[in-house]
Amino acid sequence: MIDAVNLTKKFKDITAVDGLTFHVDEGEVFGFLGPNGAGKTTTVRMLCCLIARTSGESRIAGYDTGNDSDSLKIRKIIGLIPENVGLYGELSAYRNLDFYARLYDRTEQQRKESIERLLRLLGLWEKKDHPVGTFSKGMKQKVAIARALVHDPGILFLDEPTANLDPGAAKTVRDFILELKKEKKTIFLNTHNLEEAQKLCDRIGILKTHLLRIGTPEELKEALWGSKTVIGLEEVSDMIVAAVKQHTSGKVVVEDHRLVIDVKNAGQENPGLVQAIVAAGGRIQFVQEFSPTLEDVYLKTVRETP
Amino acid sequence: MRLSKAWIIASKDLSIFRKKKSIFYSVILFSLFVSIGLPLLIYVLSGRSGSISPDALSGLLTVINAFAFFYIIGAASLPTAIASYSIIGEKQEQSLEPLLATPTTDSEILLGKSIGALLPPLVAIWIGAVIFMGLIDAITFGLLGSLYYLNAVIAVIMLLLVPLAAITAVEVSVIVSARVNDVRTAQQLGSLIVIPFAIIYVLGEINAFALTVPYLLILSAIILVVDIGLFSLSVSTFRRDEILTKWK
Ligand SMILES: Nc1ncnc2c1ncn2[C@@H]1O[C@H](COP(=O)(O)OP(=O)(O)OP(=O)(O)O)[C@@H](O)[C@H]1O
Ligand SMILES: [Mg+2]
Repeated sequence: MIDAVNLTKKFKDITAVDGLTFHVDEGEVFGFLGPNGAGKTTTVRMLCCLIARTSGESRIAGYDTGNDSDSLKIRKIIGLIPENVGLYGELSAYRNLDFYARLYDRTEQQRKESIERLLRLLGLWEKKDHPVGTFSKGMKQKVAIARALVHDPGILFLDEPTANLDPGAAKTVRDFILELKKEKKTIFLNTHNLEEAQKLCDRIGILKTHLLRIGTPEELKEALWGSKTVIGLEEVSDMIVAAVKQHTSGKVVVEDHRLVIDVKNAGQENPGLVQAIVAAGGRIQFVQEFSPTLEDVYLKTVRETP
Repeated sequence: MRLSKAWIIASKDLSIFRKKKSIFYSVILFSLFVSIGLPLLIYVLSGRSGSISPDALSGLLTVINAFAFFYIIGAASLPTAIASYSIIGEKQEQSLEPLLATPTTDSEILLGKSIGALLPPLVAIWIGAVIFMGLIDAITFGLLGSLYYLNAVIAVIMLLLVPLAAITAVEVSVIVSARVNDVRTAQQLGSLIVIPFAIIYVLGEINAFALTVPYLLILSAIILVVDIGLFSLSVSTFRRDEILTKWK
């Protein structure tokens, strides 16, 4: 659905995005993580045909984002929730949405139906005639979400949709994104919120001008940390360590009363390890699988890159 | 270029202007002043009708013609406030990004914004001019024994010069609004466009320029050329890549 090959954007002497290559499948939720200034917004703008790329290639549904006539076709089938809501404060929520629905050539009937459905879903129907300028941040964000959906696009770009929202409003927005995921929409999500990425995304890319890593949250964790088994013992003796080392080719580290063992497949290796320790006279208090959080992965990736 | 898209944008802008009282009133007040205030002045000057010397009559007609020129100055100044607001307002609301993400071309957006800024002043001026001509005719019919309006001069002013001058104002405002960030600065810079028209007015007063059809047609041709030049400049200013990355 979304393809980038060596996608690059330079602003004069600043390289904002360098050589991005990735692919997002139809119906997939793809999360883009990265520190401030990593180039997330710039990437989304290039993909939405808002700014021109400097080099490389990017396609949406097979259409070239850098080609004028393709660009119109792309903009028909995508919805964008930009970093800033960009609503018309003087106009009512309904008028804001109606304006956009018209630009997508919706008939009057279609406009009425989709605007009412979205405003009801987002709990704003009662406020439909109030000027958006009087709304709270959370309400504005919901109107911006509705605006991105008035034409029922198959592909959505969300640039930090829950930034600046209180936890309750953020959850509403997240639940709404999960609903969209169920509707099989392709979603490209920029976020700083790792928990959000973990909850919503099928795959994640970590960006810092370059695309540092890409994969499912599990793949990323494994690639960076591998899998580890932690075994707590009453006492650790040399004999026990030797027995474990005989049993596995992975690294074994002793930390106080614990053994931290690198394993390839915990499910297959753990029973044998436990047996070996027991046979060597070890008294096991607990066996744990060590799993890093997405935050560990993110921080490690971003810090390792200057 | 699809006119329907431009019209959707223009009508959105018009519904915002309706809520902006200062813009709304500046247009209405100008029109009322020129269309009703000036004929009243003529009425007083003409000695409340009755008889008048031929010299005084020709003087009176010169004043009436000069007043007609006010409409050109109005056309060159009224759209500035609206056009500046329409573009800087979008910049301040940061609404250009979602707008550019719709299947609308840059020139359709530019055209829509221009129509939105042109319509209110043009409609106000044209309606005002009808009232103006009616009142002047009512005042001068007794003195002239014939209707002064319609005549060719006012037709050229209303149908050629007024729209052309309004277009100049809109184009200048687009170019200025791309470069500044607050509405007031843009309006002040944009309103400088009135100066050349004011100079022409003064030239008329000192008889270096006459409000006759040939002169007015030459003036129209000059403004048309200027408008075409400004048009290509405003189109190159209003490009999506520039709007989101270079506009300040
Ligand atoms: N119009 C522009 N002109 C010059 N440099 C720009 C422009 N837009 C972005 N940049 C630069 O490009 C880089 C990437 O910016 P971008 O906004 O894409 O980052 P981001 O990942 O979205 O950051 P954030 O998390 O703060 O939103 C930054 O160094 C920024 O300064
Ligand atoms: Mg950003």
